[in-house]
Amino acid sequence: MSENRSLVSIAGLSREKILYLMEMAHEFETHPNRKILDGRIVATLFFEPSTRTRLSFETAANRLGARVIGFTDPKVTSSTKGETLKDTIMMVSNYSDVIVMRHYLEGAALYASELTPVPIVNAGDGAHQHPSQTLLDLYTILQTQHTLEHLNIYLVGDLKYGRTVHSLIMAMRHFSPTFHFIAPKELAMPAEYKQYCQANGINYVEHEDFNEDIIAGADILYMTRVQRERFSDLMEYERVKDVYLLNASMLAKAKPNMRILHPLPRVNEISQDVDATPYAYYFQQALNGLYAREAIICDVLGISLDDIRADKSYLKF
Amino acid sequence: MVAAIENGTVIDHIPSDRLFEVIRLLRIEELDHDTVFIGYHLKSRVMGTKSIIKIANRFFSEQELNSLAVVAPNVTLSIIRDFEVEAKFRVELPHEICGIIKCNNPKCICNNEPMPTRFIAQGNTVKCYYCEKEQELPAVKLTDDLGKA
Repeated sequence: MSENRSLVSIAGLSREKILYLMEMAHEFETHPNRKILDGRIVATLFFEPSTRTRLSFETAANRLGARVIGFTDPKVTSSTKGETLKDTIMMVSNYSDVIVMRHYLEGAALYASELTPVPIVNAGDGAHQHPSQTLLDLYTILQTQHTLEHLNIYLVGDLKYGRTVHSLIMAMRHFSPTFHFIAPKELAMPAEYKQYCQANGINYVEHEDFNEDIIAGADILYMTRVQRERFSDLMEYERVKDVYLLNASMLAKAKPNMRILHPLPRVNEISQDVDATPYAYYFQQALNGLYAREAIICDVLGISLDDIRADKSYLKF
Repeated sequence: MVAAIENGTVIDHIPSDRLFEVIRLLRIEELDHDTVFIGYHLKSRVMGTKSIIKIANRFFSEQELNSLAVVAPNVTLSIIRDFEVEAKFRVELPHEICGIIKCNNPKCICNNEPMPTRFIAQGNTVKCYYCEKEQELPAVKLTDDLGKA
């Protein structure tokens, strides 16, 4: 099968490619509305619902002038009649220039990218990869810290199942970070990712406590949700559920440049009183998803940074 | 003991608990006209017990034989011609293994689509090309539809 420019995983992206996509996202932050995809069709195939990710991709496509087709609920498609993923992808490939897909099975996007020359963008495949989330996280870190190098990144909450934190570690391997893993024992960072850190020369420190003294060292505080259903021992859940909640009083010793990120949706792990502090950055982070996804869609379609810099279609808006 | 063959392939030093997987891997039950001798649970000085398969008039491709390394990495292969051992060698685990190993992740795409599995060998572990879950080689299970890759 012919090679294509699909984005299915963060693991294969080089440092140069990541920085290139960051520059591209910055162009879209400056001018998000363009006609650069006029006449193109973006398919968004959501085999499992994810309203936030879908809206972000569809907004990106619309702001670039593309048209969007697709489905938001596999119940209305032939998947429920037993159609294979292969057949769905082959069919949609006939209609679209790029396929953004979210699937509940791991490896689905990689498999799809082998089936068709139409580029595939992985918008999440089970618990496996979600590269557009990682790129928007990186863009947010760069935007707030003005560098990706030598940062102290504190990951808090569910580090066992949270794919966003796993992908962030992989993507940051190029930039000499120090990670702090803050989680209850049951949801601690899995050994395979600690081995990955060791193999890639990434420093990490593990904590079970979460308090203002710990937070004082952070450049980025990346919060995730501790979910009840992840615990086999509900007594353990009751014991730790309130340990990994962030409130404004815990930010007294925070560094001025520190920013709080969260992939959203949040439930109660970041208290509402944090929203008004200068450290809260999760809503801007979500907005950055738009710019990162505009960059991803253009990149997989072969539109270069130079093409975007030369484009003046934003003047018509 | 197991009779000698005039021409064919001898697979020796098979751990007895993997014998039937070796039979499945080489699809020996589909060989219509060739004589096959199977020795099961034979005494072995080195292994305690071992199994052996002798297949008359059948020579396998390197790819077919190397696939044995997935279940029996220490087997010895002999190519027999005119009752003489023409060549003797060990199997080597290929870097990429297609259509043989079953992924142990039920949420992997390869367990849910009609597609061949694909694994990358890394020392004593194999990693699913699609979902990236790793398995220890001695614990792998074979796919239900072997050889349809």
